[in-house]
Amino acid sequence: MASSLGGADKLLNPFKIYSLPVESWINHTIFFLVDRLRPFFQAIRFPFSLVLDGIEWVFLAIPPLILLPIIGLVVWQLAGRRIAIFSIVALIVLGFLGVWQETMMTLSFMGTAVLFCILIGIPIGIACASNYRIDRVVQPILDFMQTLPLFIYLVPIVMLFGIGKVPGVIATLIVAIPPLIRLTTLGIRQVSKEVVEAAIAFGSTKRQVLWEVQIPLAMRTILAGLNQTIMAALSMTVIASMIAVEGLGMMVLRGTASLNIGQASIGGLGIALLAIMLDRITQAIGQGNHQVSWQERGPIGFILSKVKNKKAASTYSGS
Amino acid sequence: MVNAKPKVRIEHLIKIYGEKPRAALQLFREGKSRDAILQVTGHVLGIADVSFTVNQGEVFVVMGLSGSGKSTLIRCINRLIKPTSGHIYIDDEDIALINEERMREIRLTKVSMVFQHFGLFPHKTVVENVAYGLKIRGVEKKQRSQKALETLEVVGLTQWAGYLPASLSGGMQQRVGLARALATDAEILLMDEPFSALDPLIRREMQEELLRLQKKLHKTIIFISHDIQESVKLGSRIAVMKDGYIVQIATPEELITNPADNYIRAFIQDVNRAQVLKTGSIARQIITFTVEEDSPQTALEKMLYQNLKQIYVVRQGFPVGVVSRETLAAAIPEGREDITQLMQADFPQVNADTTLENIFHLYQQELPIAVVDESGKFKGVVEQSDVFASISSLT
Ligand SMILES: Nc1ncnc2c1ncn2[C@@H]1O[C@H](COP(=O)(O)OP(=O)(O)O)[C@@H](O)[C@H]1O
Ligand SMILES: [Mg+2]
Repeated sequence: MASSLGGADKLLNPFKIYSLPVESWINHTIFFLVDRLRPFFQAIRFPFSLVLDGIEWVFLAIPPLILLPIIGLVVWQLAGRRIAIFSIVALIVLGFLGVWQETMMTLSFMGTAVLFCILIGIPIGIACASNYRIDRVVQPILDFMQTLPLFIYLVPIVMLFGIGKVPGVIATLIVAIPPLIRLTTLGIRQVSKEVVEAAIAFGSTKRQVLWEVQIPLAMRTILAGLNQTIMAALSMTVIASMIAVEGLGMMVLRGTASLNIGQASIGGLGIALLAIMLDRITQAIGQGNHQVSWQERGPIGFILSKVKNKKAASTYSGS
Repeated sequence: MVNAKPKVRIEHLIKIYGEKPRAALQLFREGKSRDAILQVTGHVLGIADVSFTVNQGEVFVVMGLSGSGKSTLIRCINRLIKPTSGHIYIDDEDIALINEERMREIRLTKVSMVFQHFGLFPHKTVVENVAYGLKIRGVEKKQRSQKALETLEVVGLTQWAGYLPASLSGGMQQRVGLARALATDAEILLMDEPFSALDPLIRREMQEELLRLQKKLHKTIIFISHDIQESVKLGSRIAVMKDGYIVQIATPEELITNPADNYIRAFIQDVNRAQVLKTGSIARQIITFTVEEDSPQTALEKMLYQNLKQIYVVRQGFPVGVVSRETLAAAIPEGREDITQLMQADFPQVNADTTLENIFHLYQQELPIAVVDESGKFKGVVEQSDVFASISSLT
């Protein structure tokens, strides 16, 4: 019976007769790219590895007892005292858990990825806001980047760039950059048309309109985008460790693979603490009280007010 | 206006909104209507062949319903919107032809703008807002703050200099908008419905303020409004727009006494005519007793002939008194013929540009009011009945 139906079976299922050789097309393309463009991709590596090494060197070379107060002061200035205290405590906890070095590696890896997200994403976002044609090209690409499963582009990235931190950063970039681009575009579009008109009517160049009006007024939205970007980047740490990126993510990966739940948990806790810390910091910057200028808050404000008081006191006692 | 020097001249200005205005422009030149152009090409005809001249020191009001193209027109003048066709001359320089760099220079120095919703920079303080034009021009911080503070003083907001615009009321915000436009010392002020977003009371206050400032500053102002009351109050001339066309350009008085069509008639219905009409425009030319030429007899004859109750006595063109028919009729038989002895030297007199609402109180003596021109020469008389007739007349 089965054999008598063989012909009909073939007729009813044409897919058995022919399928598009897309698989080999893609393979050929990738191999071709890897072959011919290796110097090009090596050149792309260069700025990434330069920044990565620089940041990592700073985080790892400075001893914790000096780095901690520096981080504390910077966070205090940017985000306020409460978040600064939280950050310090979180980092001290991680230090005593014995993962200081891993934390610093993850932090510098993140820092590099986010820095490139900013350098690339904000200009693209601005371009999209001011030019509908660019926007129409970029939007579908962003959709694509956000919906495509990670592993699909992890492989070609590894083929093109090899393994290690640079391809890790690039993979992270692809996941993390879309929200920043989208929200930059949104923020700039949201600026009142009349306010932009006013800036032009008083003789501003395009660049002046951008820096004097559009970017300051879009800043809140851009920072909301940055917050999302950082969170997305952090979510990549474990996956990036699959292509040999060291740090907290690697602990989770190794721990899980070797059923060392303790190691995996500590790595996970570290990532969670970093996530909370960075989330709070960027949110606080975004919602920052714009009535108070940077000279009046944080450690700088603290010192300036002390100096002023002293001056006032000395003039008072002098007179 | 004595010095009617053209400052802004607009010739055959056309603006068509849309990506490919050529075809639409062609249709417009063939005489197709706005609706037809929209239907065929999907392009909106914003300005449909508009020409006019604004003189130095004039307040030129452009009035029309919403969507009639007023904002488009005013934005063509500083090229926030690029015209599709036509010429816009500012001091004889065609704005439609110059490059972006030169246009920026003109915006920095010659033309400034006030916006309907103020268009203030919400993240800059009041003084920074006012100093913005100077900052863009590259003026040092100290100097520009100084100048901004001086300008804020003109609009009475010095004490608010350090605040953000959001903490000010609407009227105060628009004063900041005005100060920002004045701070660059531009000669031309474009004002796009600057008071429309304000409460009626504040709006009136701002109109007075603008008139007060204009008396001192003599700017050339192009003022957009959809409010006829505001237009007749502020405008030395008014252009009425409809569907991108200019229907009529006239002084407030001409507009009210001689509206071009029903569209304008509908507009002017609500106007208090006594506030707009000037005695000069309704003054009746009438025979006078010229001291140098006339004798009492000839004057009496003329009065009987024209059935006048009294006659104004004029010397060298200036009114010097008024004399009634009874007085003359009684005096002539007695041989008293010196007119200066007979006339009454106390009579009501107004300037030709006094509005009717300001002359009612002069009708206490039942004498017609003598109207004189700027130099004080006799122009004619206005009787109480003339005033009532012109206020109530349905045109
Ligand atoms: N950017 C634009 N694109 C297309 N049509 C526009 C645009 N701006 C204005 N219009 C149209 O042009 C006409 C005139 O608008 P506008 O100058 O704003 O009128 P007004 O200021 O008198 O209310 C309206 O029909 C409006 O819909
Ligand atoms: Mg408008």
